[in-house]
Amino acid sequence: MGHIEPTSAALGRRDFLVSAATAAGGLAIGVSIPGMAAGLPLPGQTWDDDAPAGEVNAWIVIEPDESVIIRVAKSEMGEGVLTSMPMIVAEELACDWTKVRSEYASSNRNLLEQGVYKSMLTGGSSAVRASRPYLQQAGASARARLVEAAAKRWSVPSADCQVANGVVSHKATGRSLTYGALAGDAAKITLAQEPAIKTPDQFTLIGKPTARLDSKVKVTGEAIFGLDIRLPDMVYAAVTTCPVPGGTVKSYDAKAILGHRGVQSVVALPNGVAVVADRFWRAKQAALALPIEWNPGAGAGTNSAQFREDYRAALKGPLQNAKTVGDTEKALGEGKLIEALYEVPYLAHATMEPLNCTVHLQSDRLDIWMGTQAPDITMGLAAKTTGLKPEQIFIHNCYLGGGFGRRAINDELVQALAVAKTVGKPVKLVWTREEDMRHDRYRPQAAIAFKAALGKDGMPTAFTAQTAVGSIMQSIKGMLDFPMPPGVEPLAVEGLVNMPYAIPNIKVDAVLKNTHVPVMFWRSVGSSQNAFAVESFIDELAHEAGQDPYQFRRKLLEGKPDFLRVLDMLAEKANWSQKLPSGKGRGIAIHESFGTIVGECVEVAVDPKGKLRCERVVAVVDCGHVINPRNVEMQIESGVIYGLTAALYDEITVKDGAIEQGNFDSYQMVCLADSPKIETYLALSGGTKWGGIGEPGTPPIAPALCNAIFAATGKRVRELPIKNTDLGNRV
Amino acid sequence: MIVLTVNGTRHELDIEPETPLLWALRDEVGLTGTKYGCGIAQCGACTVHVDDQPVRSCSLSVGDANGTKITTIEGLSPDGSHPVQQAWIAEDVPQCGYCQSGQIMAAVAFLKAIPKPTDADIDENLTNICRCGTYPRLRAAIHRAAAATNG
Repeated sequence: MGHIEPTSAALGRRDFLVSAATAAGGLAIGVSIPGMAAGLPLPGQTWDDDAPAGEVNAWIVIEPDESVIIRVAKSEMGEGVLTSMPMIVAEELACDWTKVRSEYASSNRNLLEQGVYKSMLTGGSSAVRASRPYLQQAGASARARLVEAAAKRWSVPSADCQVANGVVSHKATGRSLTYGALAGDAAKITLAQEPAIKTPDQFTLIGKPTARLDSKVKVTGEAIFGLDIRLPDMVYAAVTTCPVPGGTVKSYDAKAILGHRGVQSVVALPNGVAVVADRFWRAKQAALALPIEWNPGAGAGTNSAQFREDYRAALKGPLQNAKTVGDTEKALGEGKLIEALYEVPYLAHATMEPLNCTVHLQSDRLDIWMGTQAPDITMGLAAKTTGLKPEQIFIHNCYLGGGFGRRAINDELVQALAVAKTVGKPVKLVWTREEDMRHDRYRPQAAIAFKAALGKDGMPTAFTAQTAVGSIMQSIKGMLDFPMPPGVEPLAVEGLVNMPYAIPNIKVDAVLKNTHVPVMFWRSVGSSQNAFAVESFIDELAHEAGQDPYQFRRKLLEGKPDFLRVLDMLAEKANWSQKLPSGKGRGIAIHESFGTIVGECVEVAVDPKGKLRCERVVAVVDCGHVINPRNVEMQIESGVIYGLTAALYDEITVKDGAIEQGNFDSYQMVCLADSPKIETYLALSGGTKWGGIGEPGTPPIAPALCNAIFAATGKRVRELPIKNTDLGNRV
Repeated sequence: MIVLTVNGTRHELDIEPETPLLWALRDEVGLTGTKYGCGIAQCGACTVHVDDQPVRSCSLSVGDANGTKITTIEGLSPDGSHPVQQAWIAEDVPQCGYCQSGQIMAAVAFLKAIPKPTDADIDENLTNICRCGTYPRLRAAIHRAAAATNG
């Protein structure tokens, strides 16, 4: 079936799921269902039963019409991998970029071909950083084989052939052949030696602002997200999960809803109840009407105020040391002592597309349609849950309606499989917004305490940080396990242990303490809270020292040219030295995460009643090299808005063990009217550095914003969200 | 029986009148470009035009929409050529893309009402949520579409 799934005329467009994107040049998703239409090939096996003739290698297919299909082994959740990854391949392939389209790589093939696509996990802002060398190699290797195929046909040395724009030519004889005409031959060629890949100075496509390949299907409604999957004979499931995370079902009264129109069955899940119906709306209404009694479990009776006290109390110890430089105890006793406590709440991911999953479970085969950040891990989870072998599992990854970390663990899949075991038909399980918000795995709540001593010159001589925070690795154990180095969990102290400032005595300690509320990766992970705390506290120190916050940081960053380059450009672009009128303020913050340094400067206006407006954000980025500068701008804008929403408005709170927020009315989002002007500048260090870009825009925004608020009002915000602090009656 | 004319095609639907228009469009009519985001008219991902007016279809029952003419993202243009869609592509607005059908339908109706909007008009009238934070590009795309439409 090649890379494009045919629309089955027999089944009809609406009844049969199609990737409408294919004709438009976007993403193709494997969609056919075995046993449902004779003669249709198996999804996920495009490379096996019916390998396209033009498949040059696992990454690249070139069609007779010169279309170049580049497979992407990462998930598109907005961060732009369906464009950036093909750019890397195409840089080496020397094809015509206007002929390129992307499709997802098959996780099943990755399994059977021993990791031909390497890790398919999308997270940690790692897609470009981790994949670039082997994607370049895939493109270079394909190019070399296309050249050799041409050289063979012409009986000339391949060294005498040239390539450009998808054409191999032999100048001496004036002959040329297109990639489309050569792809079949190229696939059969074994190279004596793999070609070398380009160095950054040789790039011609990489580094050019490039339009996304998935824009068109996303403005026409054609892009298929998990929620858009429709299969013949499919039933819908709506779930009610125990409001207290970790709780279980005591009893429910199925009879109360079984007569409702369309309702087919009620299925007990380990942590909730699913209602199966012929339409989602009917399933959802019945689920809401279903009387359920819960065993709330260990979280019963807990609340956020108590958690806050518990995290504060935990700071008293015992603590685990994460970093020690010099002797902080001695130094703290000798200078001017400054102390502060910073606190942050649990945060929900709140992806625009609520979690959902469609599965078709058969005795010897499982098909899964969903948006997942980690098809390999999804496959393992499905195998563990069903007892099937991984090679019997076919994952049809869709466009992700946001990820931000949440879609790396597929709780919705576990529930969908439990339902599928009982119904024998394809099942589409959808979480309502309320289920999604109340059964997230959250950014951890934390309390972070600092002490610093200032010397006679006003510069800090000692700095200690103590954090009390939930352990992500403990919370996700069994669902997603990574090897972790010994000692303090790095996720808890990232942004603290790698604070860039040159202070002679430093100590970082942590106490990891979980509640019943599950926690996991949330855009920028530990840096999301630690950058807020550190960069706010450094600002406090600058003001205590009577110094300009920019110059103060500058002095502490001596000998760190990459940081200084970012900071200096930031001060210049943000007009740092220009005065602002009363009621306005500028704040600065700089932070390195995922290999990328981002400095941000925020301008705010605060009226006498305390109404805050974030007016302008200037960001300067050093991610070493850039694949697509346009996408870097987009990701910085995205990271800024994501962080701004959290800083201004959001907290997930617990009452009687249950999450209180359920929808966007209680978990507010920044909207167009709140959205500041955002300017992004590059201060690239080049060299061997390749930094990530999906997350590093988020950490500096909260501290830059709070530092700006201090500049405007004299009020220091030490807890998020800012809405909980009265900014009126300025100091 | 509920009768809806969706993108010019008449549909007779045997469903409960309290069914939200959103789910009728997605699960009965089979047009999935209109998205579910919140179910309480907060996010606007489900925005469609009902008799040419922008409506958050999660919060309008099909009973109340009975007999109306509805335009969804699929009916905006046959090939993505509507000036607003073109502006969205030119400004590279979509990231994850999930909210963009609703954003575009809201913007199209907005530009019909206010063909040459100021930033203040945009702030006041366009309240759809985008979790990817595409707002700066969205704003630029609205101005671009306005300029393209008004010459």
